Amino acid sequence: MTGDHRTLALILFSAFIAVTLAITTWAGRRRHGSPEEFYAGGRLFSPLENGFAIAGDYMSAASFLGVSGLIALFGHDGLLYCVGFLVAWLVVLFLVAELVRNCGRFTLADVVAARMRERPVRIASGAASVTVSVLYLVAQMVGAGSLVALLLDGAGTQARTGMVVAVGALMVVYVAFGGMRATTWIQIVKAVLLLGGAAALTALVVLRFHGDLNALLNTAAEHSGHGGEFLAPGLKYGHTWTTRLDFISLGLALVLGTAGLPHILARFYTVPTARAARRSAVWAIVLIGGFYLMTILLGFGAAAVLGSDAVRASGKAGNTAVPLLALHLGGGAGSTGGTVLFAVVAAVAFATILAVVAGITLASSASVAHDLYASLRRPRGTGRGTRHGEVTVARLAAVGVGAVSIGLALLARDLNVAFLVGLAFAVAASANLPALLYALFWRRFTTRGAVWSVYGGLLPAITLVVLSPVVSGTPESLFPGRDFACFPLDNPGIVSIPLGFLMGWLGTVLSPEAADRARHAETEVRSLTGAGAA
Amino acid sequence: MDKQDDRATAEPGDVRAGTHTAAPLSPPPPRSVTHGEVYLTVQRSAAFQEVRRRYRHFVVPATAVFLAWYLAYVLGATLVPGLMAHRVAGALNVAMLAGLGQFASTFLLTWAYARHARLRRDAVALDIRWRTQDLTGGNIR
Repeated sequence: MTGDHRTLALILFSAFIAVTLAITTWAGRRRHGSPEEFYAGGRLFSPLENGFAIAGDYMSAASFLGVSGLIALFGHDGLLYCVGFLVAWLVVLFLVAELVRNCGRFTLADVVAARMRERPVRIASGAASVTVSVLYLVAQMVGAGSLVALLLDGAGTQARTGMVVAVGALMVVYVAFGGMRATTWIQIVKAVLLLGGAAALTALVVLRFHGDLNALLNTAAEHSGHGGEFLAPGLKYGHTWTTRLDFISLGLALVLGTAGLPHILARFYTVPTARAARRSAVWAIVLIGGFYLMTILLGFGAAAVLGSDAVRASGKAGNTAVPLLALHLGGGAGSTGGTVLFAVVAAVAFATILAVVAGITLASSASVAHDLYASLRRPRGTGRGTRHGEVTVARLAAVGVGAVSIGLALLARDLNVAFLVGLAFAVAASANLPALLYALFWRRFTTRGAVWSVYGGLLPAITLVVLSPVVSGTPESLFPGRDFACFPLDNPGIVSIPLGFLMGWLGTVLSPEAADRARHAETEVRSLTGAGAA
Repeated sequence: MDKQDDRATAEPGDVRAGTHTAAPLSPPPPRSVTHGEVYLTVQRSAAFQEVRRRYRHFVVPATAVFLAWYLAYVLGATLVPGLMAHRVAGALNVAMLAGLGQFASTFLLTWAYARHARLRRDAVALDIRWRTQDLTGGNIR
């Protein structure tokens, strides 16, 4: 990459950072201190604003760079990510969004714990939420490191370390000083930038083929080196039964994971009513669906314009496909158009990472302060403690979560980003979703069922990953020199998600106490009508 | 602001909903009832049963349909790749069409759900909400 790229990209980076810090300062000056303000931005966002913020929270750099790269390399098999990421929103819209908005106050654990003995359930659910968030954070920060390596063309370890630390520091500043209000506006700005950037690139790709999408697909198949197979399933996951099972496992994790992501659920608390939560989910589906349709065109466009070999030569995982495509569409390396487009794509990816990590940091600090700290500190049954004290803890927790994630991201520097995201989805689907659905829909669900379902999904998911080829046994593993892998799949979802549901059922059946009928009635009435909603 | 929206849509109401909301959440509880008893009473009321029935009658089949359709897509890609590779029109094969079909069905179901909730549930649910909050003294936990 030439110096021009770098300078322009760095100017755009700085401009985005300046804007976000201005938003943080502005949000921090407004009334603050109450948990409603810090965790939920005062609950006064409109459905349209929240829809954009949800889209901004959800469309990560892994989808923008990673998924389009996978499509450029593997054709149809990359499409699964787009389909799974979108269909998952039907689970959120139908089963979760309105009911969670009606029943909870700030976190996922609020909903699960409402019917149960609060302490054990809150601790379990809070711990699972923090685990999911940290995994997802690490994935995004590793992505930030790769981005800077791409941008500074083989920049040394030092530059990547610097980038990870800078992203971590910025997200802590946004969250600790701006709370949900700043985070939301940063996500809205980012969603507009990302959708605008993707739309511009897609328009250029389509124009290059004179609007003939059939020609685009045929050229992509031709230039991929695989011919017609490129557009058919099996290129990445079709070789053995193990990879096919991995495909199914990933498919399950993607579609069921979204509804268990704490930072996505937290977004529904920022609107005044369940009706507004539904309308923001509808907006989010429209925006996210449009974005993934563009991602598909960009992925096939990269294969058609650049050829899969050129994409692979620049980065084995394909993460560089879209930036390279931008460079080429603008007129090639050295041209003004190419420089500008490349810098814009890099800046959009950077903005994407910052907005997503801010959302996750906020959700995990809420879990630490509102669920873990509040339950562990006070003995059973005493009052809630001071409300302002909790916000202070949340601000400190943001710093702590940031520090832990920076450390882990530096350790996991060489792990594949898409894998880390898939793993976060698998853990969310195994540990969070079963307990949430049981609590909302199953009359007999008990405290023991809730605790067993959370740990019964969380522990197998983590254990299976540790025992998988991702951690040991192959040259690409985290510890290539060791071999204690005995679980063949990369993604644990196909085993751990059913286990989460099974343990929730088993714990309930084996419970010494019956479910509290009155509290179930309360949850059911509240979830469907909004009576007594915060 | 949104609350005013909700009230505005609640007033014209749905004819079918109206017949149910006209029935009070009977029997009117004595002054000393507890929080839990209020919710048990509301849960048993015809109006609430109707809201729950309408919600479930839409959500359960719709969820079953989209999950089955998604699983068919994933399993088809893994178990019968030959069929999925069959060309249909131009460069499009069955797998690509199914993938794009997932997008189309998601948009369609989103629209259908939002419409169903707006026309069949919102007014009755809001009515129950205000009545319940009157009974519990409008307490927000």
